[in-house]
Amino acid sequence: MLIKKPQDIPSSEITDEAVYQQRRKFMTSSIGLTAAATLMPLQNSVAAYGGKPLNFKKNSQFDTSEDKTSFGKITNYNNYYEFGTDKYSPAKNAQALTTDPWSVTIDGEVEKPGILHLEDILKQHTLEERIYRLRCVERWSMVIPWIGFPLADLIKKARPTSKAKYVKFETLNRPSEMNGLRRNVLDWPYVEGLRIDEAMNPLTILAVGLYGEVMPKQNGAPIRLVVPWKYGYKSIKSVVKISFTEKEPVSSWTKAAPNEYGFYSNVNPDVDHPRWSQRKERRIGDFLKRDTLLFNGYADQVASLYTGMDLKKHY
Amino acid sequence: MSRLIKPAIFVLCLLPLFLLFRNFYLDQLGANPFEVLTRSTGEWTLRFLLLTLAMTPLRNITGSAWPIRLRRMLGLYTFFYVCVHLLTYIWLDHFFDWNEIVTDIVKRPYITLGMLAFVLLIPLAITSTKKMIRRLGKNWKSLHKLVYLIAVLGVVHFWLLVKADVKEPIIYSLILLTLFLVRLKPVQQRILSLNTR
Repeated sequence: MLIKKPQDIPSSEITDEAVYQQRRKFMTSSIGLTAAATLMPLQNSVAAYGGKPLNFKKNSQFDTSEDKTSFGKITNYNNYYEFGTDKYSPAKNAQALTTDPWSVTIDGEVEKPGILHLEDILKQHTLEERIYRLRCVERWSMVIPWIGFPLADLIKKARPTSKAKYVKFETLNRPSEMNGLRRNVLDWPYVEGLRIDEAMNPLTILAVGLYGEVMPKQNGAPIRLVVPWKYGYKSIKSVVKISFTEKEPVSSWTKAAPNEYGFYSNVNPDVDHPRWSQRKERRIGDFLKRDTLLFNGYADQVASLYTGMDLKKHY
Repeated sequence: MSRLIKPAIFVLCLLPLFLLFRNFYLDQLGANPFEVLTRSTGEWTLRFLLLTLAMTPLRNITGSAWPIRLRRMLGLYTFFYVCVHLLTYIWLDHFFDWNEIVTDIVKRPYITLGMLAFVLLIPLAITSTKKMIRRLGKNWKSLHKLVYLIAVLGVVHFWLLVKADVKEPIIYSLILLTLFLVRLKPVQQRILSLNTR
């Protein structure tokens, strides 16, 4: 199979110092946009997102060596409908979210259901950095240095039974702090799902930070899913519940528009979204568009999950 | 004083585009500035279109001739903004890849409708000169009734492209509906009779 590999850049060229400078530059410049957009100069976003440094292992075998998207862009261009349907509101509105204390309920087809507190989850898992591509269904993409751990590790501890064929995830549903929930744009709470083998794939992680720091709230604090070979909306944010099921869960977007958003939602340049082609994408920061890769460039790791399946039918 | 109104509004209508380019140049359009360019020019096209359609009812309500004197200019600005909008689509979305553009027009209803609205605007822009109005006589009025169809196409184009949040398309639809309602004969006569009292 012909998969275009990105050009290799030695990781030493992407220094923490550069990241630091980028951040400084972002803090003093201004990015951020309101819906009224064009008529006024935009306000400076100076909130200290995240901030607390994390301990983690570097240089995962799954890292991409492509240029990382800047911290400023990653934290000011978010699809997080619980905090507004445009991409600029979450950076502002998500700051109202309380992320401590936080717990995740594990239930369904498992031998060890229960409520896990975030501190305990963090104690039980070694954090590592994963520099992944993120491809949004809307045809833009980023490269994000997540900090997290394999979802498989958490699943193994819960001991799924033989009936556990799927994993269903739920986002927090707290209208008092999440102003987007007051309008029924989607059927809240936000729900996503994976097949159990997809969930167990080493690429699938639960992320608790990015750029070496605790997860900014607009990016799904304090704990979110990252599935890099699927469109961004599969990587559910601010997870409070993980259920193991026998039946395929129905995700929020599938419920909203079943002909546009299927259960699998694998990145695939050959399967059009009904309203646009998925052949190309714009990497945030670029002018020219680039070709979208099958499984977002992770075919080597995940193509085998779908052998014999018609990807046009199971979109 | 009144001689300055028209030039002042002419400049004012350029302001959205000027500010958009200025903010683009200053890197203040956020992480995905090209998306903002396309989206904003599309929204301003719709706004100018609705503004144009508001001029006749405004004259009926106020009794002033001014709205009608501005109507053509606003209509031409609608055409101007839709041209910029189309250019952002052809250039920034597709980089002049005509195969992709044709596929889009054929396969995606929101592009089909948007493109149809653009094509229908062309004859209206061409026949907007005084000379053409005189030459076409009665036919001019029938031809320019196309603007109602164009407005519907424009709003539906907006409805079809939003992902889930239809708040803004609803607002545009309600404004358009109001502009249609005040054109109904009984409503219009009522407004005019209020005015002459």
